[in-house]
Amino acid sequence: MISEALLQALALLLQFEGDVAGIAALSLQVSLSAVTVAAAIGLPLGALVAIARFPGKSTLAVTMNAFMGLPSVIVGVIVYLALSRGGPFGSLGLLFTPSAMVIAQTCLTLPLIAALTRQMIDDAWHDHGDTLRSLRLPIGSRVRVLLWHCRFSLVAILLAGLGRAISEVGAVMIVGGNIDRVTRTMTTAIALETSKGDLALALALGILLITIVFVLNIVASVTRGFAMRRFGG
Amino acid sequence: MPAPAAPRATHPLIELSGVSFRPGERTVLDAIDLRWGDASICALIGPNGAGKTVTLRIAHGLLRPHSGTVRFDGRLPPPGDTAFEGQALVFQTPSMFRGSVFDNLMLARHASGLPRAGFREQALAMLERVGLSSLADAPALKLSGGERQRAAVARAWLTAPRLLMLDEPTASLDPEARESIEQLILEIAASGCRVLMTSHNLGQVARLADEVVFLNAGRLLERSPAAEFFRSPRSAEAQRFLQGELPWRPDTTITP
Repeated sequence: MISEALLQALALLLQFEGDVAGIAALSLQVSLSAVTVAAAIGLPLGALVAIARFPGKSTLAVTMNAFMGLPSVIVGVIVYLALSRGGPFGSLGLLFTPSAMVIAQTCLTLPLIAALTRQMIDDAWHDHGDTLRSLRLPIGSRVRVLLWHCRFSLVAILLAGLGRAISEVGAVMIVGGNIDRVTRTMTTAIALETSKGDLALALALGILLITIVFVLNIVASVTRGFAMRRFGG
Repeated sequence: MPAPAAPRATHPLIELSGVSFRPGERTVLDAIDLRWGDASICALIGPNGAGKTVTLRIAHGLLRPHSGTVRFDGRLPPPGDTAFEGQALVFQTPSMFRGSVFDNLMLARHASGLPRAGFREQALAMLERVGLSSLADAPALKLSGGERQRAAVARAWLTAPRLLMLDEPTASLDPEARESIEQLILEIAASGCRVLMTSHNLGQVARLADEVVFLNAGRLLERSPAAEFFRSPRSAEAQRFLQGELPWRPDTTITP
């Protein structure tokens, strides 16, 4: 039964049409959008927390670390409540749309990206902070210089964020509703098709999901290696 | 080339009054008094753990003393965690950031106060002056030790400081690289910028410095013209130091 499902899954992947392509495209669109938004906020936020001196800094750092492990279903419920008709953002009509899924995945990946960036920039600040202070750079420039200095390593953090976003199922299921051709992603489809017994499609999507994550990591690794050889390690 | 601004008043350039630095149980600096600014090049010398690097960091505004006051040209350290305006410090192991050598020099633009366009020309001229123009586009992280030190000095000099501080500028450099850095230091001093440096190389101190400040165990024991210091050091500790007999104090080497 498994080998038969696997063969059908491979056939579906080779055809790569209809449901499979649409679901994969939506998954990538949602997760890449979420990681882009989370990176735009999380990278400077994490760097700022690493560099700035303010009361409660340690507490904030611990909180950021704790939020890295936020359960996706909890995020899903909170975003659901915020976007539902009676919620504060209900009037926007975003529930059960890809936008709601982007919001949920942004909430999931933002703490991860911010916390890991804080740790990385904290180390860089330890090595280079005196030089930046000696050059009397304002804090915004310090953040920019260190983020740029650590850019190759930050790619790994963004990939971790993308991995978290594209592989989660709880939040997008709750706020997206798993509506066919509207909010169905690879993970929600896998969950649904497995429960329906359509193992071929579930396996096809699973293989595709792993392949996408694998290819993205290879591309990032090769690019990082090339750039480090060019600009120094 | 950046020319240092004229001194503002009759204040000594650097004034440390009763400066002590005591992290934890240790005493790294013990009531240091120093009013300095008249010599072109002053060398802070002493055995390891004497407090030379900490003195530079405090004078630069990067470390706050536990007691005593620091003034630069009559001014107290700036608020926040930034260094004194009008000073530059080259660390013993200079930081370079991922990017080209030219990009690293451009980091001095903010401290120089110059607009971007004018500063680019100055940075290119500075690279020429320190003999790194052929490496302007090279990755800064791939520079050799001597090249990195020259780039760091160039970056510091580009801020047009009235006082340039150098912490062990030629430590672990080969003789050729050391000589090029020494030439650079003489050029900087000749341009009117005061230089305060630390060094363990007594030959280098004798070659470069007009004045010597001798520290031992966190105390300032002697301050003399360099020639006089090497001819007839007054303190017994300085005499022992010149004879290579003073032990270093590992318990006072700190990471601020």
